[in-house]
Amino acid sequence: MEFEQFEHGADVGVRGYGSTAAEAFEGAARAVFSLLAEDPASVRPAVETRIELEAAGREELLVAYLNELISLADTKGLVFGDFDVEIRGGGKRTWQLSGKARGEPFDPERHACTVQPKGATYTALRVGTEGRRWVAQCVVDV
Amino acid sequence: METAFREVEPNVWELPAEGPMRVAGRIYASRELVDALDEKVREQLANVAALPGIVGAAYAMPDAHWGYGFPIGGVAAFDPDAGGIVSAGGVGFDISCGVRAYTTGLHATEIAGKVEAIAHDLYRTVPAGVGWGGAVRLTLDELDQVLLGGARWAVESGWGDISELARVEENGCMKGADPSRVSRRARERQLNEVGTLGSGNHYLELQVVDEVFDAAAARAFGLASGELVVAIHCGSRGLGHQIGTDYLQRLLPLAGKYGIHLPDRELACVPIRSPEGQDYLGAMRAGINCALANRQVIGGLVRRVFARHFPAATLTLLYDVSHNTCKAEEHEVEGRKRVLYVHRKGATRAFGPGHAELPEEFRDVGQPVLIGGTMGTASFVLVGTAESERRAFSSSCHGAGRRMSRTAAKGLWQGRALIRELAEKGIVIKSHTAKGAAEEAPGAYKDVEEVAAVAEAAGLSRRVARVRPIACIKG
Repeated sequence: MEFEQFEHGADVGVRGYGSTAAEAFEGAARAVFSLLAEDPASVRPAVETRIELEAAGREELLVAYLNELISLADTKGLVFGDFDVEIRGGGKRTWQLSGKARGEPFDPERHACTVQPKGATYTALRVGTEGRRWVAQCVVDV
Repeated sequence: METAFREVEPNVWELPAEGPMRVAGRIYASRELVDALDEKVREQLANVAALPGIVGAAYAMPDAHWGYGFPIGGVAAFDPDAGGIVSAGGVGFDISCGVRAYTTGLHATEIAGKVEAIAHDLYRTVPAGVGWGGAVRLTLDELDQVLLGGARWAVESGWGDISELARVEENGCMKGADPSRVSRRARERQLNEVGTLGSGNHYLELQVVDEVFDAAAARAFGLASGELVVAIHCGSRGLGHQIGTDYLQRLLPLAGKYGIHLPDRELACVPIRSPEGQDYLGAMRAGINCALANRQVIGGLVRRVFARHFPAATLTLLYDVSHNTCKAEEHEVEGRKRVLYVHRKGATRAFGPGHAELPEEFRDVGQPVLIGGTMGTASFVLVGTAESERRAFSSSCHGAGRRMSRTAAKGLWQGRALIRELAEKGIVIKSHTAKGAAEEAPGAYKDVEEVAAVAEAAGLSRRVARVRPIACIKG
């Protein structure tokens, strides 16, 4: 699973890649939290949070997922570094996500932060395939 | 460069109403600013111009750039009697983000040699950046009082004097706020964040008045050449963002129900006169009060710092403006007074002389319009004009406006080197993150001199004074 940031006017684009959509979601989550801790490996898995979500489409599910992580982290003062995602549904049903996120209290001394992610947006939103790999991306308001 | 905009007057460009557009698009800018404009701004203005109930035109200020749904630096007014809408994207995520400025009566020569110490004290006293709890910790019930009372709540809690409220928009308290329309998650995000600066482009600056353009207005505002001003730029923090996110998600599926075509999901909107529209307005107004309280508390913290270094100095609130709002205001349209819901996203209200909303001492002059520039160049104080009413429902620009992405800025500047370079120019930077400082490099923004000059040339507001930063605290 890989991740990167991409350019956007005033904010930051986040993009995850993977061999499945779920892995690409995990990559996108990692890209979001690389704003708070540049090296996700520096985040200790001290706290684990479960996430259950539902949305009308796969793209909406990505926005809901990243927003859930961002607001959980903000409310509890956490930074996440490790993510598990499972995605079900589609077709005539809604899309569902079950996941876990592991992290620890944010420490400004140890986590090299650039800017605080505030919310995922529908801008440059895409969940799809590029050749043989999956891509999940959107712009994050900072 | 070819542009779809047509110059109809100097510094006034129009995008004719075509296709689904109900009104024209209009941007106030010089040719240089228009040429440098992101293509997305044109597209977004055309989208806004197509929304139900829009009055006048879809406007863009000289500092316009690509936003979510609406352009940043965008102004659009909607008539509730004509099916007008309210849009979460038209307000923006950081509800009521704004600028507050204090005059100090201190001359630059009096603080020379003390700037580093004051900046350091401000950096330690005013929580900024990520992971710093606020000076105020609240329960959910107490937070609801903040959302109802705004800056008035802060003053009643000991953060400032009651006389200051007249110098805050809405007299410090936005009416019609409904905390019950704000999700628990949004409220929880704010419990430790009242009185925090945040990160990104938010700042706390010490500035020196460097040039006075309008002596009479400067006198009325208490601005004198060579004197120190303190400016605070921040908004409604996690709460505002969560309200924006919650309502974008809630309003999006309703477009079909109300027969609204949405070319872009972030335009999500509903009629003002709908239950969901009223819910959003109640929540958004609570967000405005959150931001007003936040800046009032930060002002109180700044006062504590000044009391330690200059016990005799008096910090006088110049004014507090919000630049991400939707407000019901009376405006004259085709000779008739109408109540319109004016969305200003990255745009500042700029009432001209005589407006009843202004405190008595500013009524002959007009409303102070506080424009945040960059940490290396300058900021401006402007004043609302009578002409601004017919230009863009009494609105002006809000800042320099970005011209370069954060990623590109990080590629061009290195945080620590930039901080050193600014120090050589006599500007002390205290930042919780060096990389964050690089993203805020002065070169990543448009030329604030030109933005302010064009705002004046186009009749949106008039320059009163330029202030230059001598210290900047960043999150």
